[in-house]
Amino acid sequence: MLVPLPLPPRKTLTPPRLLLAADPHPKSEPPPHLLGSPLRAPPCRTCSRSSATSSSSLSAVVRKVEGSHAVARQTAELLRSVVSQHRMGSSANQAAALADAVRAVGEQLIAANPIELAVGNIVRRVLHIIKEEDISATAVGIEGLSVTVDSDDEYDSEHDDRPSLSAAVLAAHARNALRAPSLQTLLEDIPVSPAISRTASSTGDSDGKSKSGDKSSTRKLKHDVIAAIGDLIDEIDSCYEPISEQAVELIHQNEVILTLGRSRTVKEFLYAAKEKKRSFRVFVAEGAPRYQGHVLAKELVEKGVQTTVITDSAVFAMISRVNMVIVGAHAVMANGGVIAPVGMNMVALAAQRHAVPFVVVAGSHKLCPLYPHNPEVLLNELKSPSDLLDFGDFSDCMHFSTQDGSPLLNVVNPTFDYVPPKLVSLFITDTGGHSPSYMYRLIAEYYSADDLVVRRKSTA
Amino acid sequence: MDIRRPPPRSSSGGVEPRFRQVGFVTSAEPGPAAASPPASDGLSPVMIPPPLIHDHLPAPAPELESLMPSSPPPASSSRLDAGSDLGDDDDDVDVSWARPRPPPPALPEPNKRDLTETKSEGHPTSVPQKPKLSKAERRAIQEAQRAAKAAAKEAGSKSTAKASDVNTKISKQPKAGKAALKKDVTQVNPPAASDKKTDERLPDKDRKKDVPQPRMQFDDVHRVVKAKKRSVVNQSEARNRVELFRHLPQYAHGTQLPELESKFFQPDLMHPSVYKVGLQYLSDDISGGNARCIAMLLAFREAINDYSTPAEKILSRDLTAKISSYVSFLIECRPLSISMGNAIRFLKNRITKLPLALSESEAKASLQSDIDRFINEKIIVAGKVIVSHAVTKIRDDDVLLTYGSPSVVEMIFDHAHELGKKFRVVVVDSRPNLEGQGLLRRLVAKGISCTYTHINAVSYIMHEVTRVFLGASSVLSNGTVYSRVGTSSVAMVAHAFGVPVLMCCEAYKFHERVQLDSICFNELGDPDAISRVPGGESLSHLKNWAENENLHILNLKYDITPADYVSMLITDYGMLPPTSVPVIVREYRREHVWI
Repeated sequence: MLVPLPLPPRKTLTPPRLLLAADPHPKSEPPPHLLGSPLRAPPCRTCSRSSATSSSSLSAVVRKVEGSHAVARQTAELLRSVVSQHRMGSSANQAAALADAVRAVGEQLIAANPIELAVGNIVRRVLHIIKEEDISATAVGIEGLSVTVDSDDEYDSEHDDRPSLSAAVLAAHARNALRAPSLQTLLEDIPVSPAISRTASSTGDSDGKSKSGDKSSTRKLKHDVIAAIGDLIDEIDSCYEPISEQAVELIHQNEVILTLGRSRTVKEFLYAAKEKKRSFRVFVAEGAPRYQGHVLAKELVEKGVQTTVITDSAVFAMISRVNMVIVGAHAVMANGGVIAPVGMNMVALAAQRHAVPFVVVAGSHKLCPLYPHNPEVLLNELKSPSDLLDFGDFSDCMHFSTQDGSPLLNVVNPTFDYVPPKLVSLFITDTGGHSPSYMYRLIAEYYSADDLVVRRKSTA
Repeated sequence: MDIRRPPPRSSSGGVEPRFRQVGFVTSAEPGPAAASPPASDGLSPVMIPPPLIHDHLPAPAPELESLMPSSPPPASSSRLDAGSDLGDDDDDVDVSWARPRPPPPALPEPNKRDLTETKSEGHPTSVPQKPKLSKAERRAIQEAQRAAKAAAKEAGSKSTAKASDVNTKISKQPKAGKAALKKDVTQVNPPAASDKKTDERLPDKDRKKDVPQPRMQFDDVHRVVKAKKRSVVNQSEARNRVELFRHLPQYAHGTQLPELESKFFQPDLMHPSVYKVGLQYLSDDISGGNARCIAMLLAFREAINDYSTPAEKILSRDLTAKISSYVSFLIECRPLSISMGNAIRFLKNRITKLPLALSESEAKASLQSDIDRFINEKIIVAGKVIVSHAVTKIRDDDVLLTYGSPSVVEMIFDHAHELGKKFRVVVVDSRPNLEGQGLLRRLVAKGISCTYTHINAVSYIMHEVTRVFLGASSVLSNGTVYSRVGTSSVAMVAHAFGVPVLMCCEAYKFHERVQLDSICFNELGDPDAISRVPGGESLSHLKNWAENENLHILNLKYDITPADYVSMLITDYGMLPPTSVPVIVREYRREHVWI
């Protein structure tokens, strides 16, 4: 049963980084004949490397978790525990320290699986939350201070420059949130944190009364951040509802819908339309090599939706009779492009050819603030060839190689496809329908611009 | 009568291609014509009133056949004159046709009769033969008149006297010819009229009749019931049929095979070789357009070999009926591919064209050699020609993508590899048949570097591809390519990435039908093949799919690729744009494709 020569996932065409990222864990139970073959167990680099830190086991979990929704949820939960376990030291800038801690974990999580963009999205969301809570806490603190200041003369000198400073901070944040990162904002960023730390230190050197006030404010900050992350988790959990509410407005009677593979968002979307007594038919392309379309078809039929399973190759043949293509996404990029399960680009091209609307439904945790570059290769993942070829049958072909020793037989099994924005007609997110050209703006509401690159700052 | 005939200008326009085709005929005709044996003068006329149709005349008398090129009969010289007013491009043809100007001396009656035959036989393919004698005659008169007019106009090169001489000759000739032909038809008609009246008519009518017969629509209840009564296979309808495809047959797969196998030794059911091929179709042992076509033709060849005409029957008629019953059996096993339909048409055409004078063994031998010739020329040699064309399009360091396992494309890769070209092949495959794996195995064994992937990943792999080679099941006359399902997707992605798509297809697979989508005509495969998923029970979620009436599984076999996705069509007639298909179909079908 042992296969003599393991097939490499890919020869030379992908960058080494991707080879590293190739999934070491087969998602499904491998067929019995593969058990014990050297093919399925390349050394798990991510696992072995990450045992250094405390959150490492979780970053390994990230690799095992399937689907961007589950990944997003677990990331948010992990970050919540990171925040709650974070010891609010007596350091000057509590928010910055908290953000640093989150960033440190986030960096690891992202490195564990750079393809799973939802991880980065959630890390950025949490960073954004910390920042916002800090701003509001500062604002509240200022108000509180201004009340106390009246009774106390000691702070007269500071009373003057504090509001102005925090106003500057607020303004900077407000600007940052909207502006794309530029060299100028990077430079502007620098004075902000010293300013905060200066004010903090200036309070720190005064007596214990202000310190206790500070402590309560940090506890409040932490509490607020945890609560906000809890809200985020709720939002991730319930993102299907606002999306599926829009189903009736988009699906009319006797519609013919095509989808590929399985997406929970699509399922809920179609369920919602069905519950509103719309009758429609669905073509489900099975989505090789994982055949998740079969699962979706089964789920739809249970709700009484007329479903037809077709092969992926028949998409072009059937699309002329389809009114609308509704698909889920793995991630939505800032330019309006979509990272989606493999085969989606083909569907999108066919839909464009026949002028069929191509609708992408995606929760807000899938909105990624990055602009893709060569996403077909760089944001892709090559899975085990055993999905496509039965090694038992093809063991005789594996001896062959060219003169330079590279194997004659290569198998390519990518996971994702990139659908360029021009092929997408509409995005349905939990905030409503948007055109691809608007995505960058929508995304700016969720993230602050200086978090685009999640990297620990070497300041502390 | 003149009212019905098209106006002179359009008629001359309609006639023109006819004359151009005469050129082809003269070059191509001598072979079969010379081969045709003595005429059937000795046959006693069976006086059945002629049903308007003068279908295929038996081969003309040999002495006239040999006489014809040297001394053209009046009819052909009249044609010459008629042709000469059509344009310069026809002149050379005419000259080759009728070198000796002077009309032959008055011919004896039987000769004259045969002459009219030769006239109509002389271009049976270009001008579909005149079914109605009166029409043929009318035409002759009309042409003669036109010729006279033209001759009168020219007056310089051709003497009016001669033209008028011809003219009078012609105006006299048809009447005699008519009587003679009528007699002849009565002799000939019984065997000839059996099958293909449609093909052999006057151009205007012919054009109408050229439209392919509408296919059997399986949502037509009456016809389905009728067909059921005749059927051998007794297929049972599949459950949960897809609404859109009610017009196509879909049967429960695998149920009838054991029963049919048990019937194998029953006498007089089918010829065993045909039966065997049918079962092979049924169980998908033979797949691929060429393989199926060759298997069918060889089975027919064997069946013809074992055939003996029953008493009181005529070979050509009985054999045609026999072949038809075989064909309907094969259709029940699996719907015919378009290429097989073309091959059957060819065979039936040959049968009906069999000279009556042939003895049974001679006729059988001639049919068998026809079949061999078809297989050799139209499939095997055509494939080699395609390979020789296509290899010129492969350069070193090319990355060639193919989909499925087209036999011609495999030959191209093999040949290019033998020539020492350095290239890499991407084999794209799709469920449920996974034919690409076989191709992959064969190519790797030959030492060609291969990459294997599935159809969903085609846009991932297309970045590195420089050429796409695809096979076709048929090319329709609007340029669309009817091929294995998924071909269109591959072509579409290649088109989107700006990669040239080279479609390889033998010309015998061309068809004059048109199709706009993949739904009106297609073939449905076994839905269970899709519900079965590799990788064990835990992954197959659709095991009991038929229990739920809301769930359908569609296993399409073919799809159509729009012409604009195809950069080039490589056929045995050379490399063409897909828009040239109707030209090939029209110009070559009659004489060349059908040999």
